[in-house]
Amino acid sequence: MNVIVCVKQIPDPAVPGALDGSTNTLKRDGKLILDDSDAYGVEMALQLVDKAGGGEVSLVSMAPNSETSGLRTALAMGAAKGVLVSDPALQGSDALTTAKILAAAVQRLGGADLIIAATESSDGYTGTVPEQMAEVLGLPSVTFAKKVSVENGALKVDRQTESGYDEVTCPLPALISVTAGVVEPRYPSFKGIMAAKSKPVEEVKASDLGVTPVGWEGAGQKIASVTQAEARQAGEVIEDDGETFGKIVEFLENLKVI
Amino acid sequence: MALNNIWVFAQIANGTPTSSTLELLSKARSLTSNVVAFLGADGGNAAAALGEFGATKVYATGDLGGALPGVAVAGAMKAVIDAGETPDLVMFPQNYEGRDVMARLSVKLDKTVITNNVDIAESGDGVTVTTPIFGGNTLVNTAFTGAAPFLAAFRPKSFAAESAGGPAAAVTSVSVPDAGAAKVTAVHVEETSGPKLDEADIVVSGGRGLGEASNYSLIEELSKLLKAAPGASRAIVDAGWVPYSFQVGQTGKVVKPNVYIAVGISGATQHMVGMKGSKNIIAINKDKEAPIFGVADLGIVGDAMKVVPKLIEALKGR
Ligand SMILES: Cc1cc2nc3c(=O)[nH]c(=O)nc-3n(C[C@H](O)[C@H](O)[C@H](O)COP(=O)(O)OP(=O)(O)OC[C@H]3O[C@@H](n4cnc5c(N)ncnc54)[C@H](O)[C@@H]3O)c2cc1C
Repeated sequence: MNVIVCVKQIPDPAVPGALDGSTNTLKRDGKLILDDSDAYGVEMALQLVDKAGGGEVSLVSMAPNSETSGLRTALAMGAAKGVLVSDPALQGSDALTTAKILAAAVQRLGGADLIIAATESSDGYTGTVPEQMAEVLGLPSVTFAKKVSVENGALKVDRQTESGYDEVTCPLPALISVTAGVVEPRYPSFKGIMAAKSKPVEEVKASDLGVTPVGWEGAGQKIASVTQAEARQAGEVIEDDGETFGKIVEFLENLKVI
Repeated sequence: MALNNIWVFAQIANGTPTSSTLELLSKARSLTSNVVAFLGADGGNAAAALGEFGATKVYATGDLGGALPGVAVAGAMKAVIDAGETPDLVMFPQNYEGRDVMARLSVKLDKTVITNNVDIAESGDGVTVTTPIFGGNTLVNTAFTGAAPFLAAFRPKSFAAESAGGPAAAVTSVSVPDAGAAKVTAVHVEETSGPKLDEADIVVSGGRGLGEASNYSLIEELSKLLKAAPGASRAIVDAGWVPYSFQVGQTGKVVKPNVYIAVGISGATQHMVGMKGSKNIIAINKDKEAPIFGVADLGIVGDAMKVVPKLIEALKGR
């Protein structure tokens, strides 16, 4: 069984985000890391391939400046190879263009039995790219998967819903998006990290994939303005001395809710 | 530009339209007098409520029989558009099904999507939507370019649901050209008692600061005493302490109760966007630098394991 995982390389979420003053897009110029949300997909793919008893896990990623550090993390976990789409022309691309690019990268790898993405990225979180990719590729999809197995050549998925979950079956090939917590991502071993350095990553441009138009030109949207929301004022902050529960009771009494 | 024809992707739960559906219909009717509620379900029973809140027409696919709405409803929408009726705007709720239908439709129409919005306005010759980022501190106004239809998803509680007293909307059946290969074989609903999280007057949420899963019982007990709904940060949902339906935040529920009590929650931006609209916020956290104190009306710097049991005793004694 061959699985392709879409991985995003993002600015470290521990560093507060900022907008580029000239374009009003998220700044992505620092060092990029593997989006935590995608580590679940990589782990899920490795486990499914392992269970199937053969095949490999490949990666596709779109990132500026030929960035591969996040891809290397996923390769160190056990993925075999990757395609990186890096192209200044892609700056400003919307979710639809991103989906077309990633779908084309999947095809460049010759497709797979299963394509895995996260439900949304940690930095942009439009949250539509996986389902858009499925439509571009003409594949069935199961989004928001919180448990996944393959039985008799078909997917069995517990799909998160607003009020619980659905059991869903789906034939392969297919695309799924997985929620955080679906599996416990492994830490790359030292051996894995060393091996990752020599695993192949092919770098391509949008034009190599035949996707046009891209970037600002392909995006059906433009940022008109950015404003600051009215900030909420902080109130009283007190250190607990064993009696502050009384403050809470008083607060609730004043609001007449108790 | 003038929005002459707006579609709302409408959803039904337990036989009635969801609150998000009614919010979007209310907003849509303030923008145009032609509002279509597009349902991936049977239309008959909901036509009255959909009409009351502003739908002038209902397009209904009928029961989807286990098909996922992404493929099925987007296909049905595309078929209506191909037959000659083009909406200027399609509004989606920012939830799982809304996102899936919107994503599939965007590819079929080759149109961009803008998600996570809290507002929309006609502006000169364009249409602009507003998206909060960085925990809601910054608002980005984005204009659609190119030709309609525009596809936009809105967060719950972005608009007030207000009855317009309209008559029941006429229901037109639409066909589903492709049900897709994925099939729902069983549905599991997690039972909850007490008020619903996104409707409760008081919400008490717990986070990783509770230390371990069994301590969540303190949140449940406090909730019961206050007739509140219990909620959670994503950290403890991911850890499996409580079901996803408890989650408050960007990828969970948006709540705007009278009182929100955050216990052992740091106040990550993704949590804050789900609760910052609360009228009154109380936070209990042992770290006085925790960001949650930046939005709290009353902040207690202390150990939740000490403060909450005493609070419970005090409330019990009343
Ligand atoms: C794409 C994306 C979407 C997300 N969506 C959501 C979402 O919808 N909702 C959400 O909540 N999060 C969401 N998150 C996760 C979010 O970034 C945070 O990781 C999460 O909110 C942290 O949960 P927490 O506050 O419980 O845990 P932590 O951040 O670990 O905070 C625990 C807090 O407890 C305090 N504490 C520890 N011990 C005690 C004690 N004994 N007494 C009192 N206080 C104590 C600590 O000081 C700390 O402030 C999302 C993240 C991403 C990337």
